[in-house]
Amino acid sequence: MGVGVSGKSVGARVGRGTLWVVLIGFGLLFLYPFVWLLSASLKPREQVFDNLLIPRTIRWENYAEVWEQLPLLSWMVNSVLIAILAAGLVAVSSSLVAFGFAQFRFPGRGLLFGIVLATMMLPGAVTMVPQYLIWKNLGVLGTWIPLFGANLFGSAFYIFLQRQFFLSLPRDLFEAARLDGASAWGLFWRIAMPLSIPSFVIVFLFEFQASWNNLQQGLIYLNAGSVEGFTVPLGISYAMSTFSPTGGGHGDYQFVMVAALIVTLPMLLLFSIGQRSFIDGVATQGLKG
Amino acid sequence: MVVTDPASITGAADSGPSAPGTAHEKTPRPPVKRRRSSAARREAITGYLFIAPWIIGFLVFTAGAMIFSLVISFSDYNVATNASRPAGVENYARLFDDPKVAVSLGNTLFYAVMAVPLEIVFALLLAVLLARLGRGAGFFRTLYYLPKMTPAVATASVFLLLLNGNTGAINRGLAAIGIEGPQWLIDPAWVKPSIVLMTLWGVSGTMVIFLAALKNVPVELYEVAALDGAGPIRRFFAITVPMISGAIFFNVIVLTIAALQVFDQAYLLFWRDQTNASPESSLFYGVYLFQQAFRQFDFGFASAMAWLLFVIIMLITLVQVRFSRRFVFYGGER
Repeated sequence: MGVGVSGKSVGARVGRGTLWVVLIGFGLLFLYPFVWLLSASLKPREQVFDNLLIPRTIRWENYAEVWEQLPLLSWMVNSVLIAILAAGLVAVSSSLVAFGFAQFRFPGRGLLFGIVLATMMLPGAVTMVPQYLIWKNLGVLGTWIPLFGANLFGSAFYIFLQRQFFLSLPRDLFEAARLDGASAWGLFWRIAMPLSIPSFVIVFLFEFQASWNNLQQGLIYLNAGSVEGFTVPLGISYAMSTFSPTGGGHGDYQFVMVAALIVTLPMLLLFSIGQRSFIDGVATQGLKG
Repeated sequence: MVVTDPASITGAADSGPSAPGTAHEKTPRPPVKRRRSSAARREAITGYLFIAPWIIGFLVFTAGAMIFSLVISFSDYNVATNASRPAGVENYARLFDDPKVAVSLGNTLFYAVMAVPLEIVFALLLAVLLARLGRGAGFFRTLYYLPKMTPAVATASVFLLLLNGNTGAINRGLAAIGIEGPQWLIDPAWVKPSIVLMTLWGVSGTMVIFLAALKNVPVELYEVAALDGAGPIRRFFAITVPMISGAIFFNVIVLTIAALQVFDQAYLLFWRDQTNASPESSLFYGVYLFQQAFRQFDFGFASAMAWLLFVIIMLITLVQVRFSRRFVFYGGER
């Protein structure tokens, strides 16, 4: 978008050069913590705080020893399984609900959809305690069910996202299929779903990330269990405590750094696969406004 | 119970041609509709079946949970025995008696007032710069987005070390240019700026929303303004800001709600260990509520705290909506 840049005057070129410098400067600011993290993860304990971006001594052993220091693999397996369940369930259930709102006419549709949107405003704190009690009364505390159970019923933002997508599909497509005798389920499963894969992927990736990062749920539902049963965020929080001097450790922060780096990698991998989906998904949020 | 106002904020409540609630029909129902009513009824049933998962979830996990929460907030709930006895307004009275409620609420509001404007300005600055760049903007957008992909635990564990008052990289860097950095994580006055700093590092989500909004501003507007002799700053305030006021408003609301519920960073940096002697200025409302609920298992009091937060969020959002009507400009088709 050539906003304000017209022709190739010297002034415009200087302006563009400055722009690049400023943007690279911000880029370095955003990247610095990553580089620091990578570097600290390779240092021996006493050099972690020397703040050199290239370690004086490179200690690859950190990456081997972290697996003995912390049940990192177990945390990652738990988190991956929970995230897949959480994301898969919410993507399918939200699509179903969204299709209901987009395709069919029924009394109360506008009001109900208004309520869907309104629930986005509800602070999690209000439902945190009663949801815990609901799971407790269902006798599923100590299982993984509370970590993804509510995802069976769709989630407001994802319903909104999928509905927008379904509304953008040409109506003729559904009319033609209906004339061919397709059932309502057929319209959903054989026409709407295959076409909505891009937005389905957005929903899946968003929820996967949200689940991977969800510290509070872990604290509520898994904290009392064994350390091996922790999720990634709960585990790293535990590692921050056990290695810090205040938590009785010897300040082996290099291991915390290795662990922090390792649990970030799956997210970076996810981003490299679905970069467009993530950014488009976030941008769509703004379109509501 | 559920305030439906946000639906009108987001402007997406219009649900197509058959929006019900348009009760004031000008003409009487044509008789044809009666004959079609069985097909219409079948369609309605199908629709309800498709949205049934959400209806069940809403009744149990949202509406049901809210009613449940309200009941608990008026009782003294014992988790061990799963028994509760009515406690009247005891829990609500405690909101005023317990000094930590006021302290944590004050901390949270203070943080929100500091964080939200900074996030908006910083995100908007980045978005405008990227929009100006044109080709190559995609690269920077990806780069800037990386912090947003970093799990909060990883961010917190890095910043815990970067912000260390004596050996941390941030203070070392400041020392190099002759500034003596504060004890970020210990000095009560610097606790909240520390968390603001971490929040700003992850500002790219907001930036992406602004970037999308900027793309919808017609270039001709800038061309005409430039012909009229308006400089870049004038163009920014006279064209860009009004044209993306919808996105600004959306981000302000979303970021405010998020700021009032801050938990992860504050918990990880200050309240991880139950023995932690962290400064009281780091006690955020979300953290205190969590402690009351799942450390003290005082569900009644925690629920009262949750309702206070809900009311505060509603009031603040309502004020923002009122205020926005004065300046938010929605383009033609909205």
